[in-house]
Amino acid sequence: MSIELRNVSKRFGDVVAVDDVSFSVGDGELVALLGPSGGGKTTVLRMIAGLEMPSGGDLLIRGQRVNDVAVQQRNIGFVFQGYALFRTMSVFDNIAFGLSIRRWSRSDIQSRVEELVGIFGLGGLERRLPHQLSGGQRQRVAIARALASKPGVLLLDEPFAAVDAKIRQELREWLVRLHDQLDVTTVFVTHDQEEAMEVASRIVIFSRGKLEQIGSPRDVYEQPVNEFVARFIGVMNVLELTVKGGVAQFGQLSFPSHGKADGQTLRIGFRPYAIKVSRNPAEYPFRAVLKHVFFLGVMLRIELVTPEGSSLRVRISKEEFSRLGLVEDEPVSFFIREYRVLGGDGEFEAHANSVLPEGFGEGI
Amino acid sequence: MAGIVTRVRPRTDARSQRGSEEPAWVRGSLIAAGGLFAAVFLVLPLANVFWQAFSKGWFVYIQAIRHPDSWAAIRLTLVVAAITVPFNTVFGISAAWCIAKFEFRGKALLTTLIDLPFSVSPVVAGLMFAVLFGLQGYWGDWFQARDIKVIFATPGIVLATIFVTFPFVARELIPVMKAGGSDQEQAALTLGASGWQTFFRVTLPNIKWGLLYGIILCNARAMGEYGAVSVVSGHIGGRTDTLPLRIDKLYVGYQGAAAFACASLLALLALVTLAIKSYLEWRADAAHAQGQSDVSESDKTPNP
Amino acid sequence: MSSNAKRILPGFGLSLGYTLAYLGALVLIPIGGLVLRSLRISPSDFWHLATTPRALAAFKLTFSASFVAALINSVMGTLLAWILTRYSFPGRRMLDALIDFPFALPTAVAGLTLADMFGPHGWLGKFLVPLGIKAVYSPLGVTLALTFVGMPFVVRTLQPVLESLDRDVEEAAAVLGAGRWTTFRRVIAPLLFPPLLTGFALSFARAIGEYGSVVFISGNLQGKTEIAPYLVWLRLEDYDYDGAMALSLILLVVSFVLLGVINTLERWAGRFQT
Repeated sequence: MSIELRNVSKRFGDVVAVDDVSFSVGDGELVALLGPSGGGKTTVLRMIAGLEMPSGGDLLIRGQRVNDVAVQQRNIGFVFQGYALFRTMSVFDNIAFGLSIRRWSRSDIQSRVEELVGIFGLGGLERRLPHQLSGGQRQRVAIARALASKPGVLLLDEPFAAVDAKIRQELREWLVRLHDQLDVTTVFVTHDQEEAMEVASRIVIFSRGKLEQIGSPRDVYEQPVNEFVARFIGVMNVLELTVKGGVAQFGQLSFPSHGKADGQTLRIGFRPYAIKVSRNPAEYPFRAVLKHVFFLGVMLRIELVTPEGSSLRVRISKEEFSRLGLVEDEPVSFFIREYRVLGGDGEFEAHANSVLPEGFGEGI
Repeated sequence: MAGIVTRVRPRTDARSQRGSEEPAWVRGSLIAAGGLFAAVFLVLPLANVFWQAFSKGWFVYIQAIRHPDSWAAIRLTLVVAAITVPFNTVFGISAAWCIAKFEFRGKALLTTLIDLPFSVSPVVAGLMFAVLFGLQGYWGDWFQARDIKVIFATPGIVLATIFVTFPFVARELIPVMKAGGSDQEQAALTLGASGWQTFFRVTLPNIKWGLLYGIILCNARAMGEYGAVSVVSGHIGGRTDTLPLRIDKLYVGYQGAAAFACASLLALLALVTLAIKSYLEWRADAAHAQGQSDVSESDKTPNP
Repeated sequence: MSSNAKRILPGFGLSLGYTLAYLGALVLIPIGGLVLRSLRISPSDFWHLATTPRALAAFKLTFSASFVAALINSVMGTLLAWILTRYSFPGRRMLDALIDFPFALPTAVAGLTLADMFGPHGWLGKFLVPLGIKAVYSPLGVTLALTFVGMPFVVRTLQPVLESLDRDVEEAAAVLGAGRWTTFRRVIAPLLFPPLLTGFALSFARAIGEYGSVVFISGNLQGKTEIAPYLVWLRLEDYDYDGAMALSLILLVVSFVLLGVINTLERWAGRFQT
């Protein structure tokens, strides 16, 4: 089932939790609502479910306006952050709850619950009470319960927040497979950008109640529309330069002025992977000292400190690191392959990445 | 350095293993003092009730309880509790629902007002109903004209008892309902349950032990209320005497053993109440401990 | 009501409406009725009724005996709460359950058995009366009865606080060189003080209004062992409504003031809970 929000707002007293948000989720999609806490993403999810009423705007499910449809009638599966399993009911009764409310026959309930118990690997646990389950099992019961009456939409609030880091990874992959198998429109809320990137086919990014960007994981990473998104999705180095004589400069670093007049400042941002480093001080135009190396598995993060005192984060592979023969506390030269011009208020001026032209940084 | 080290000695005596524990003799005397106080004020009064009740033998005991006035008092006490407890239970659930599950202005005031009857002297509480329904009271004439007896009759006793036992169920339920949050109720709504279905199938099972506890406390107090009832009852033997009033009458009439026989019934009620309460607390503790430890072994993600 | 136009959980209007209606009908109207009726008494009559020597003696006894009883309960309640939470000894669970006994035992039964126990032939009176300690028909008896009914309050307010006390803090004090008594005085006592005060106030408030347990042991000797609630009852038996109401209004005002004090204390005590 498709979901559409048109200019939806939500105010709690004087606080605007969601501010004029519009987006749509296609039939069968798997979408993440991503943002820092307090960004309004959970409120959006609860409004889709009918657990909060929008203060303004329209909410459509399968093209029908549902603002006034009660939560019971929306036929939505909702998985709460703490799962909200019924403490006094067994696993079986939890999963069967929605079915018995809908007056399914006893035998239909029995077979549907059995089916779900099979799908979710809960066999043998049917008689257990929620407090006798592990975190991962509780989560599966919660999802099974939400899906029991075959809702058109599955909504999950921070589905991985309450499980161990160790099994979180497995659960992510499992959710993707589950979604592919069941073909149910799924929307989940998360504050973890890695989780959103890995699980969702599209990501909706919120901050302070506003929708910042919507797009595929690749879009939001490579084409962030503003500095907030760029910094929230992955890491970005930011430099502030002053334009002098038609060239933006900060110490040794110089960039094209991008139309700024003399005396104005120019902010640029670049990803850690956009930096090329060499042990040979003459290979690249800029100088720095390699301060720290962090081993993160296949990739390494290294930190460069420029003579101006800025520290830059660089990401390179392990192979490249050994090929380059870099050593901590030794001088290196570097070069910024690709960067973006940042506006004063965090907006990007140009939506394309810029490549440092030949000739810049030479002769230093 | 070595000198400093050797000078520092443990200050407590040898039997105390840890620095944050009192020496054994301190512990022993504190326990003895507390135990003595509890013995004088808790155990002896209780034992004395049963001792005196049976001081003249089983026969006198049975006779005292089987006396028609005693039987009437027992019946009236049961009737009053049977009306009072359900009324205050429904109220308690309703009050706890709106206070625990919703935010609204004036909630703190409402909570305080619900506690108000606890701080009113029972005699003053009885007087209130005498002022409303008595012959010199506000509505006395109206009821008199219709020949409805409130004061010096069962309705007055019920009203006074409802007043003094008013907060019990609500007070027990509010924290229990608050602790449950409202996620489970919201989950029931997303699964299609109506308000009443949510209440009966999700909320009520969650609060049932707290509710039971509130009900037994309310019941114990309702059956044992003396001050408020003594103002509105009129002390008509065999008709408006509740069990506590009957005890009073027997005691004043120098029938000590009989008074204690009736008192032993109420003391038994108190003991049963305490036993249920302890059982419920033990259950809650056990459930809590289980919830902490009994997390199952396998936690493999299945393949869908 | 206010900002939230619609509440998701159902039943707010119904439950609040029923709660307010029931509260109004069974608590607020009776209290209001008593207050309004007693305001009909002229101020000079009111003053006269409330300050007869007999009334003054009753108030004096009620307040002083309640105060002493609350004080005894503060000391013994702290002790009981301490041994119940800190030590393990045979019968601990039993003692813990028994603490609530004065709550559960009907006051008339309590009065009856206390009067008998301290009487000249009673289990304790047998030994005390020859020593000149007369509890029955004396202010001492009133105090004993009030101590009995108020006992659970201090224990039950202190117990959760003691249980939640972090043993780490005490161990930290010990590591810093504090002896056990110093630790209690400097570290534990300041944390216990607010709930102790709350427990004292609760015990005091309960004692002020207590009737059933006292009237048996006090003997209600005019001007000597009459407590204020008994005097209310007596006036009413004599159909002296004005006299009963004047005394009641004073008791009511004192109770409400105490309720306010207790609420404030509880909020203050909550400060230390993190």
